[in-house]
Amino acid sequence: MTELPHPPASSAAPLQPAADDAPPFDLLAGRSFDPSGPLDPTGHLRGRQRLSRIMQAIQTGSAIVALAVLAIVIYSVAAHGAGALSVGFFTQSPPVNPEGAGGGIAPELVGTVLLMIVATAIALPTGILIALYLTEFAPPKVASALRLILDLLNGVPTILIGLVLFGLLVAGHGETGFYASLALAIIMLPLIARAAQEMLLLVPTGMREAADALGVTRWRTVRGVVLPSAIGGILTATILAVARAAGETAPLILLSDVFGRAVTFGIFGQALPNIPVYILEASEQASRYGFARAWGAAFVLLAFIALASLGGRVLMARSRAKLVQ
Amino acid sequence: MSGGSGSLSPALGPAAAARGPWSAGRARGTKTDRFGDALLKSLCAAASLLAVVILGAIFYQVLDGASAAFSQLGIGFLVHEVWQPNFGHFGAATFIYGTVVVSLVTMVIAVPLAISIGLYLSTTASGRVRSVVGPLVEMLAAIPSVILGFWGLIVLAPFLQAHAEPFLHSTLGFLPLFGKGETTGLGLFTASLILTIMVVPIVAAISRDLFLTVPKDLQDGAIALGATRWEVVRGVILPSAASGVVAAAFLGLGRALGEAIATLQVIGGGNFIHASLFGTGGTLASRIAEDALGTPYALQLSAVFYLGAILLAMELVLNLAAQAIMRRFDAFSAVAAR
Amino acid sequence: MNPNVTPPSQSAFGAVEAEFDALTSGVAALSANAETATPPETASADATQTQPHPSGGAKPRIRIGSAPVHASAMQSAESATVDALSGAGRAGAAPARESIFDVREMSVSYGTNTAISGVTMQIQRNMITALIGPSGCGKSTFLRSLNRMNDSVKGFSISGQVLYHGHDVYAGSVDPVEVRRRIGMVFQRPNPFPKSIYDNIAWAPRNLRMKDDLDRRVEYALRGAALWDEVKDRLHASALGLSGGQQQRLCIARAIAIEPDVLLLDEPASALDPIATLSIEQLMQTLKHRYTIVIVTHNMQQAARIADRTAFFSLEATSRAGVLVEYDDTDVIFTRPRDPRTSDYVTGRFG
Repeated sequence: MTELPHPPASSAAPLQPAADDAPPFDLLAGRSFDPSGPLDPTGHLRGRQRLSRIMQAIQTGSAIVALAVLAIVIYSVAAHGAGALSVGFFTQSPPVNPEGAGGGIAPELVGTVLLMIVATAIALPTGILIALYLTEFAPPKVASALRLILDLLNGVPTILIGLVLFGLLVAGHGETGFYASLALAIIMLPLIARAAQEMLLLVPTGMREAADALGVTRWRTVRGVVLPSAIGGILTATILAVARAAGETAPLILLSDVFGRAVTFGIFGQALPNIPVYILEASEQASRYGFARAWGAAFVLLAFIALASLGGRVLMARSRAKLVQ
Repeated sequence: MSGGSGSLSPALGPAAAARGPWSAGRARGTKTDRFGDALLKSLCAAASLLAVVILGAIFYQVLDGASAAFSQLGIGFLVHEVWQPNFGHFGAATFIYGTVVVSLVTMVIAVPLAISIGLYLSTTASGRVRSVVGPLVEMLAAIPSVILGFWGLIVLAPFLQAHAEPFLHSTLGFLPLFGKGETTGLGLFTASLILTIMVVPIVAAISRDLFLTVPKDLQDGAIALGATRWEVVRGVILPSAASGVVAAAFLGLGRALGEAIATLQVIGGGNFIHASLFGTGGTLASRIAEDALGTPYALQLSAVFYLGAILLAMELVLNLAAQAIMRRFDAFSAVAAR
Repeated sequence: MNPNVTPPSQSAFGAVEAEFDALTSGVAALSANAETATPPETASADATQTQPHPSGGAKPRIRIGSAPVHASAMQSAESATVDALSGAGRAGAAPARESIFDVREMSVSYGTNTAISGVTMQIQRNMITALIGPSGCGKSTFLRSLNRMNDSVKGFSISGQVLYHGHDVYAGSVDPVEVRRRIGMVFQRPNPFPKSIYDNIAWAPRNLRMKDDLDRRVEYALRGAALWDEVKDRLHASALGLSGGQQQRLCIARAIAIEPDVLLLDEPASALDPIATLSIEQLMQTLKHRYTIVIVTHNMQQAARIADRTAFFSLEATSRAGVLVEYDDTDVIFTRPRDPRTSDYVTGRFG
């Protein structure tokens, strides 16, 4: 007791049961408030509650700011872009003079769709295989290292992915739509692989164990049990990855930005026209008609991405719920 | 095995039984099985190896591409200020400075805003509001950077030029940071705001998820001690999630550092270092994008790769730090949630 | 050791069934333990202090398993008299029972699901009131409704009245934070903050701006929770390094550091081993001199050992809502319950 910095005021040792009429310990003589008083705020509570309400108002305000910015951006794109929309906008090529009036973005639309199809065709199977390796085959240490590598790959700036493919493939050979798809596939790969892994992990282990216990080989289990239950979620994750990659511009300016005015279907041999680069170039030209078409293209792209990501989100929640229950 | 396969059918369901040519050999097809197993496993391993190779190739290619510039320009590239490819002047200092300043301003605005939104979505808002506002905030992250940059160029920059910058200059102009604005409204400050719009939803979403994992009994313990909502947030929720929020901020910063297109559109492409946020400038990423748009010749291309190497190094450090914190945080919260 | 507690004999409850006997003698033995489980060096002091009390025939320290003469004396006495006597004996300074809580027709539901229905009871000052009953009978709900801890639960709604010192806890003008500041709570699972031991205790006083002499306040709180000697050398170490029992006492210390009026304990020992449980029970005997304690327990022996008053909650067969079946002095509940459901429960036939 004697070595304590603040020995108790009463000399009685606090823990020894004292006489019934003497409280066993005394927490600073008397309470600082009357417990039997009305339950209105006592002490500093009014001020504390005011601070609490102010902080909540700040939080609400922050959320409102975010929503307001979203609303303003969407409004700007819709207000400027909706005017450009017409049947011709979807079926015609841009005018010969990029600053001229009229025309449409048909080649860019077709090109972006093609780029995304090829990129998905590369990234989806690869992503699923990586996810399967992570959940079914890899020893824990390897899996952990592989996850780190996927996260690092996800963190590589997309402009650098473009730069690398440019140096590796384009320099001295020329651009092709395929290279652009390759870059987009690299961007989508970690997204799909991690999301697929998450979905595969949600597949009840009981199902796997039951199959294992019956002596079923791993690939049969994967094909018969694991993949069928997770595929919905994986495809939804792919939609989200497509939504993310569809607007990706940075790699395309290095790999597929010198393109003509014609609708192009060949992905090898020449650059593919695409919406993101079109918007970027129109925004650099500063012409009234170019801007109008760029807003229109932005509107189309944003509408697609909004639908895909909101729809994907809803589907994702549903397939996750299905796996979890 | 053979008996097992028979009784397995109900477990696998009719879908499995009816699937593909392999089904035929299912009952006794041990050879096919072994082959299938090995094939699947090697395919999976090959795909995983591919991911490793891609990452390795990115690093190798960036360094390889930069090697010519590195041998000619040396380490002095980092501190040399002028970037005039036509005259053979290459220096990264302007872009390193631009990257640091833009990222700092972005984080100063974005992190408090994002944490605040994360708190709103996890504690203040009611369940129904949460389920509407949350996805909308994340929607902000889905806007393509080229559209955001375009919007910044046409809508935001003129607004800032006409209103925000004169106001900030007249009230805070004694700080060199808030100098006289450009006539276009393009510059470091505008770029920071556009990047803020991109970073906030990322950090806010991760923060919200982190705040939601703070154990309910800890919060109950605080509430039962007569704490106000804010005191619970300050005393329990924020400290429990702090390191995770730092990691989230690192990930957001990584995004801001690496964004090339939107930055390119609104930063104005300046080539010199100056104190004012309202002046034009460039970041590593925006300079890479800008020079790539033209047709760079050999040394210029190598210098661009050199910029890329600096950027890649920054990203690597940030991502590794974020991953390290996240992993430790997982372990920590596992202990706390015991 | 304690002259008031004499070993029970089977014959004491001759009229009661054998299994009931067995149970209550077990209870009595445990009760005797709790009474006498004091540090050896203080045991004699305890004995001398308690000696002046047995002046009359109806002794104040009536416990389950006390000599049958006490029980019969109790039976013949008016319950008000018993209350007064028991109150005098247990609470020391308070001569008569004073109600702190006056709960009238409390019904609680979550959404469409009625958790408790029509509970009316008073909770008296400086006593330990135990709430027992089968799981799901609403005793925790009742407890958490006393200090508005259920406010944030989805779909929570309450009817009836909870009067605390005569003030309606659920009145519109009441700040729930003020209610919880006066009525502290300790939970089933120890939930120390991931901070140092010191900061766990000091956190709430700092919020309340009770910053004067914070070190002393922390020390007293830890002493009050019988934890000081174990942690005084590592006050700035993480609280997560403490054992489960220590963590729970830390949570009690944390609660008493802001000098509440009432302590609500929601199965505080259910996650603890027997030794830690015993130390918490001893602690409660000490704490009730200063605080009014309400404890939910699923452990009947624990209620019998520590509580002055016991309320038995049960599920109503038709509505599946929790109801208060019987509420009386602990020994009455365990030895002479009026309601057959209580008797079934305490004898282990049900629940």
